[in-house]
Amino acid sequence: MSRIGVFICHCGENIGATVDCGKVAETCLNIPGVVHSEDYKYMCSDPGQNLIREAIREKNLTGVVVGACSPRMHEPTFRRACAETGLNPFLCEMANLREHCSWVHEKADVTTRKAIDLTRMLIEKVKRNQPLYPIKVPVTHTALVIGGGIGGIQASLDIANAGHKVILVERDPSIGGHMAQLSETFPTLDCSQCILTPRMVEVAQHPNITLYTYSELESISGFIGNFTVEIRKKARSIDEKLCTGCGICMQKCPVKKIPSEFNAGLGNRTAIYVPFPQAVPNIPVIDKSNCTYYIRGKCKACEKFCPADAIRFDQEDEIIEADVGAVVLATGFDVVGTGFFPEYGYGNYKDVITGLQYERLASASGPTLGVIKRPSDGEIPETVVFIACAGSRDAAKGIEYCSKICCMYTAKHAMLYKHKVHNGKAYIFYMDIRAGGKMYEEFVRRAVEEDHVNYIRGRVSRIYEENGKLIVKGADTLMGHKPVEIKADLVVLATAGVANKGAEELAQKLHVSYDPYYFFAEAHPKLRPVETNTAGIFLAGACQAPKDIPETVAQASGAGSKVAALFSQSELTREPVVAVVNRTAPPVFSTCVGCFLCQPACPYQAIEKEEIKTRDGKLIKVVAKINEGLCQGCGTCVALCRSKSIDLQGFTNEQMYAQIMAS
Amino acid sequence: MMRLGYFPGCSLLGTAREYDESLRAISHKTGIELFEIPDWNCCGASAAHCINHDLSLALPARILALAEKEKLEEILVPCAACFNRLDVVRHELISDEKLRQRISGIIEMDFQGNIKVINIIEALSRIPSDGLKEQILKPFQYTVACYYGCLLVRPPKIVNFDRAEDPQIMDDVMKKIGADTIDWAYKVECCGAGFSVSRTDIVAKLSGKIIKDAVQRGAEAIIVACPMCHSNLDMRRSEIERLEGRKYSIPVLYITQAIGLALGISNKKLGLHRHIVPVKLPLKVKTVVEKEFVPTAKAEEE
Repeated sequence: MSRIGVFICHCGENIGATVDCGKVAETCLNIPGVVHSEDYKYMCSDPGQNLIREAIREKNLTGVVVGACSPRMHEPTFRRACAETGLNPFLCEMANLREHCSWVHEKADVTTRKAIDLTRMLIEKVKRNQPLYPIKVPVTHTALVIGGGIGGIQASLDIANAGHKVILVERDPSIGGHMAQLSETFPTLDCSQCILTPRMVEVAQHPNITLYTYSELESISGFIGNFTVEIRKKARSIDEKLCTGCGICMQKCPVKKIPSEFNAGLGNRTAIYVPFPQAVPNIPVIDKSNCTYYIRGKCKACEKFCPADAIRFDQEDEIIEADVGAVVLATGFDVVGTGFFPEYGYGNYKDVITGLQYERLASASGPTLGVIKRPSDGEIPETVVFIACAGSRDAAKGIEYCSKICCMYTAKHAMLYKHKVHNGKAYIFYMDIRAGGKMYEEFVRRAVEEDHVNYIRGRVSRIYEENGKLIVKGADTLMGHKPVEIKADLVVLATAGVANKGAEELAQKLHVSYDPYYFFAEAHPKLRPVETNTAGIFLAGACQAPKDIPETVAQASGAGSKVAALFSQSELTREPVVAVVNRTAPPVFSTCVGCFLCQPACPYQAIEKEEIKTRDGKLIKVVAKINEGLCQGCGTCVALCRSKSIDLQGFTNEQMYAQIMAS
Repeated sequence: MMRLGYFPGCSLLGTAREYDESLRAISHKTGIELFEIPDWNCCGASAAHCINHDLSLALPARILALAEKEKLEEILVPCAACFNRLDVVRHELISDEKLRQRISGIIEMDFQGNIKVINIIEALSRIPSDGLKEQILKPFQYTVACYYGCLLVRPPKIVNFDRAEDPQIMDDVMKKIGADTIDWAYKVECCGAGFSVSRTDIVAKLSGKIIKDAVQRGAEAIIVACPMCHSNLDMRRSEIERLEGRKYSIPVLYITQAIGLALGISNKKLGLHRHIVPVKLPLKVKTVVEKEFVPTAKAEEE
């Protein structure tokens, strides 16, 4: 026979002013199985918790119902209180008399009756509760970081400095990401490479970090603390151990006119190349799609001249397998190209460029060595128009969100132009200026007041070429929608930031959810911003949403500490609210018929096959088995199971039906 | 043969008679069979939808319902304004069942929404180039500016034009008959439209920009597919010239007239004499160099 204790909390006036708590406590005492019932002003306070602890000890309670706030608020508090007396914490339940009752109803008898009903439902449930014990899973103390931009670099360094092993995988031949392409950074105008490259070197030299560049995640299996990954190390066609990075191969390569990805198409590179001189590692890659040898079968100039004999034309991709305990996704973003804009000429005008291309023009390491020259004829532009929100915040273009970084970098672009071309005119067309951030607004004011950048609030309707000038037509909405026409030499579009190529595929591989724009989804937009819905997989940087460098670094450090916290334990403890497939005595073993309809329904890939064998190894039956490391307790399989063989611990069908019937 | 319902609308009986004449003149050779909707009415144009929403729906709905009654699958509407009204109404009615029923009640005919509304360029672009090639007697070897105007391409969600901001399909049709088309920025800019009557100064300013840019980029003719555009660029030429302070001799042709010329149809039949700006295309002899099949080394190997 159950011995249930009921504790009704007034929550000050939150519940007490609307619900007659005394009456609730009194009525509950009449429910069969209830041996103790009382009310108190603040049940979560220390004296309140003491009431519970004393009652458990004195009346030897087998279950506790606390009628108070939402279990999201104080379930851990009350369960802890119960556990201190030796009662299994999963025998304590909460009836939500605040959010579900007092906050949403007027003071009335009927409200009190509802409170009684809610409590009775939980009493019926708790009578059927079973003691549950936390699940323990081991943890591999190695993290996989995917993406070697500033986000991935920061996360890797933080985890490595906490004493854990890190595997950093980067798709491109070098780490550094977009930040390596940038000229100077807002709001301080410090050189991007100057602050980034030391970190890149640190990553390469850190004893705890294994760096795989020109590599991609091939597959992943397992669960938090226990992932197994396969990494495809693409063939560089170079023996990395022998290569000294002297660069002679690049000088000798006859294919010299390939648009450089690092220079956003504004400069050229050779077929054997390192993306930029400060690349880490400083080992070239042969671009097979452009290499004469791979296309026509002859050339081998690089091999002939390589002083270290490091060229390996027959090198093949390598698959590296590793066990990791956590994954940090830091795959970054991309920007849409100028071809995305019909009204701006579909990318046909050479002097209409993206913000990223402008970064290369302004960068000391760029194709013009930092001199602002327009791409068409190399002239220094006298008038430059910058267009903010090019694609962003535009439902007609399918990108409704704000790309967030453009207001600031456009102000920076205009400022850099004015610093380099003193007599030049800089115009910025904008919708709003979103300069929230430390020293951000001041930075924009500086562009306006000190550098005399002309801000025009309005959209640009069209750009076309006329007599060697780009005619930019727009409206000035602060001047009564006056049409504006500017004859520009260079137009820079602050093109929308979008999810990186392959984001969707990667998300599906990792079972991470993503939004309609293919940005990875965080577990909770406010309270769990660096975790994904898949336990053990964390997010850093612009792969989650467009972000600037400070925000990316902050989130990367957040992800790094989450991983370090996870790795601080040798075993993981999880709430035992997981699904279980029932097991019965032979010859049935389980009512599961092995249809495995539950397998595709499970969003977490937690359902495995289990073979039931005789002692001599003969197969009797294959049944479903739920991996308690992966199961998130959503209950989808329970609802789906045709033979009712699966139950959710803590929320079994029996408990649920009892609860409903009591209402 | 492509059998199409035909809705000429008021313009093609009046100011744009040559549009109707040239369309009928080329229809046989281009394999278009026109079936004029019996007892058709005004589409409502810009007037109705400024005054009364129901009226602006009912007028085109009646035309569409009449066409459906004739078991037509498609209705060709050469006038861009009529096309726009008919297509927008079709879209509004098929996406709102209650509205469809109400309007069907008003017009006392059941509008089903099965009929498709197509504009002239769409119809012409369907003609296979091989079929057209045999018919071409005098390739239209001029540099032309294809001017789409506003109503053919907007709103993009409804009319589904190829590229709303920089459409190509008229250019493609013109290339089929031998023309060179210029890449310019005024393809879909406003010509002044209905201000043709009330504010000719605005028309002169807007249409003037269009003509100026076309001429500057070397166009020898402007090709249009809209009576309103035609009248603003052609009929208002003297105002434009006065405003710009210079003469423009560039003729404005309906796409059907240009095709007619390529097919060797007489100027008279195409109604070229009806234009205000005389259609004087520069005399030039361009030799047609047929690209012969030159076997490449690769083909030989095979």
